[in-house]
Amino acid sequence: MKTVKGIFIILLFMALGEFCSMLMKNFVPGNVLGMMLLFCALSAKVVKLSDVKPVADFLTNNMVWFFVPCSIGLMDQFDQIKAILPGFVVICLVTTLLVVAAVGVVQELQIRRKKS
Amino acid sequence: MILTPSIMMTLTLGAFIVGSWVQRKSRVSLLHPVIIAMVLIIAVLKISGISYTEYFQYNSFIHYLLGPSVVALGVSLYEQLSRIKGNVTTIFVSVFSGCVVAILSVVLVGRLFGLDESVIRSFEPKSVTTPIAISLAEGNGGIVSLTVVAVVLCGIVGAVFGPKILDLIHVRNPLARGLAMGTASHGIGTARAIQMGALEGAVSGLAIALMGMITSLFLPLYHLIA
Repeated sequence: MKTVKGIFIILLFMALGEFCSMLMKNFVPGNVLGMMLLFCALSAKVVKLSDVKPVADFLTNNMVWFFVPCSIGLMDQFDQIKAILPGFVVICLVTTLLVVAAVGVVQELQIRRKKS
Repeated sequence: MILTPSIMMTLTLGAFIVGSWVQRKSRVSLLHPVIIAMVLIIAVLKISGISYTEYFQYNSFIHYLLGPSVVALGVSLYEQLSRIKGNVTTIFVSVFSGCVVAILSVVLVGRLFGLDESVIRSFEPKSVTTPIAISLAEGNGGIVSLTVVAVVLCGIVGAVFGPKILDLIHVRNPLARGLAMGTASHGIGTARAIQMGALEGAVSGLAIALMGMITSLFLPLYHLIA
């Protein structure tokens, strides 16, 4: 019953998020709104942490293989990507690592400043 | 040939299990489970003549789970908030800088290489987790299938090279390292961050949620102004 309850809560908040997203013409994606609503409901103690935690942990711990089906879309994109290959490679490699470096440095500097 | 969801989902999971096994045995981080799974599955589909559309249709259940997993991040956000309370503002500042760097660097590199506007728009949300990136690409005139491929590849790039970059520039604080992994490489980066440590993993999960939220708000605003 516990698992059913957890799945129910996650789906309920996803549905609520999708509904709110429709109202604002998809300005913010429904699943993000669902996440924010679930966070608020937990903070307001409307939803008990122990009710959602097992199912939520399963979902977040297994996220990597949920990416596999859509990653296969690459096979239909070969020609399109070949045409823009240099830009595509630079975007995937350089800009991603720039973000890693930027966030790491900005956070580390802020922590150091706080300590001193 | 008879195709059923169970056959096609077994292929997906089997390929991923082989991928995880190869990485564990080889200890080569470039052999990411998702990359190996991609190679294996595409090879099987090419040989058997099954199209991506068919494959995806039978695997839509696995793909659907990405949406609920974003909602589930609300739980890790709630759980971790007490552990990082003193750093809430700094975390917002860092993830926001990450979001600005992500979008501007893509636009800059894209223009430098003369890519089409629709292609650039497809790559803008590439550091955001797939379900959010899909919605953002749709809403901003990108090509969704291209976005998905970029999101997955950028996730793998961050997971494979992220920790090395952080070592190189002497970012040693676990909070900063976890945050950087999640902001740049969403769920795939977080899976790597969990291996780095408990705090890194938790903060990385938080970063997926924050990056998704901040980019969802910032990207439409950026297009209104630019």
